[in-house]
Amino acid sequence: MSPRRTLATAARVLRQLRHDRRTLGLIFFVPCLLLIVVRYVFDGQQEVFDSFAPLVLGIFPLTVMFLVSSIATLRERTTGTLDRLMTMPIAKLDFILGYALAFSVVALVQAGLASAVVLGLLRVPVAGGTALVLIGAVLAAILGTAFGLFVSAFAATEFQAVQFMPAFIFPQLLTCGLFVARDHMEKVVQWFADVMPMTYSVDALKQITLHSGWSGTLARDFAVVTGYALAVLVLGAVTIRRRD
Amino acid sequence: MDTSVSIRRLGVAAGRAPLLKDITVDIPAGKIVGLLGPSGAGKTTLMRAIVGRQRLTSGEVSVLGQPAGSARIRRRIGYMTQGLSVYTDLTVQENLRYFAAMLGVGRQEAGRVIAEVDLAAQSRQLVRTLSGGQKSRVSLAAALLGRPDLLVLDEPTVGVDPVLRQQLWHLFRELAGQGKTLIVSSHVMDEASRCDDLILIRQGSVLAHGAPQTLCRQTGARDVEGAFLKLVETPA
Repeated sequence: MSPRRTLATAARVLRQLRHDRRTLGLIFFVPCLLLIVVRYVFDGQQEVFDSFAPLVLGIFPLTVMFLVSSIATLRERTTGTLDRLMTMPIAKLDFILGYALAFSVVALVQAGLASAVVLGLLRVPVAGGTALVLIGAVLAAILGTAFGLFVSAFAATEFQAVQFMPAFIFPQLLTCGLFVARDHMEKVVQWFADVMPMTYSVDALKQITLHSGWSGTLARDFAVVTGYALAVLVLGAVTIRRRD
Repeated sequence: MDTSVSIRRLGVAAGRAPLLKDITVDIPAGKIVGLLGPSGAGKTTLMRAIVGRQRLTSGEVSVLGQPAGSARIRRRIGYMTQGLSVYTDLTVQENLRYFAAMLGVGRQEAGRVIAEVDLAAQSRQLVRTLSGGQKSRVSLAAALLGRPDLLVLDEPTVGVDPVLRQQLWHLFRELAGQGKTLIVSSHVMDEASRCDDLILIRQGSVLAHGAPQTLCRQTGARDVEGAFLKLVETPA
């Protein structure tokens, strides 16, 4: 592994995105617009919105980075750039971490803008403060990136890759406690929720919304999300082969 | 004479279908070796085996004195795949600077190879806005980074106009003169006469290996295309 190659890869991924303004615009502004829409969906139910909106800040980066990174790495596999890289002295982890780093930067901007909308424009009170919200959102983004990189190994086409989103993200979205509290769910569904990472990503933001400062639960949530992300990044590196 | 690539009883199979069958061949250093054969013959698979991207079923491939794919020789091999294998959403310069960083060679090396393939005027253009021939030159430039001792070029002149094709072959000849080994695949038989050595492959096996003149003499054909056709007709 080499930090120089990891950084060069991250910079290259960011340059690609910079040349694709429309994608960047969609990544940055769609969450903001949706949050504003959600605010008016819950018109007159300010309390419901106040407890819902911060959680969404953890879901957008996870979902968007999942999609973007799975398509981006699938493109590396299908266009031959990965073929070329694998004949060069780059470690597989340099490649994976480069992507994770680049998308974390994008996620930081996205989360910054979305948080500005939620905390500033829509005046949702968050006891834990902006910094923790941003950490929670970036960790969710790294998790999304990690899973996107990983599943792209199992997709042969873009059509398959985008289908991994409903297959992989939706079950977690339904069970993570965003719509229904987890202790109201059927046992098996609860078990599923207990082992899936989005649950902890959303719970972290719930903790940040309700409590100021750190708590044992928040530390556990962050630890689970970080551990999951790192483990899946390593698994993603394993799916890349020097020889096919 | 130094051997650059040595292949012994190489077999590659995808599932049950054999892609390469019992290939034994030595490629000398400092030569341009043409890899010829109809599409589907196994040219790309053989090239992937040489650069170490292909999983081998049997046999051995040794490159620059090391097993193919060894970390130690990665810097000394330039590989141009048949696909574009550059980032079309980056500029020419950004592509080559990135690959230069991966090889650990300086930024000026990116500038050098851009000039070498005659793309200096397009260096700030996005690759997706270039013509087909220009795109494949970006890919060739990436293979030239770091002055590798072995260049494996999969159909480098596809979509390139005759004038530029002439220039590229001059460049290949110059590189061979510096002692570099070039393995160039093509299905354009008229390019074969420009090679020092030819390997004709068909259905995963080596049909013939030798200098173009030798192959023509042996078969009594006027050109390599004729020699190839005669070899195909001759029962083994």
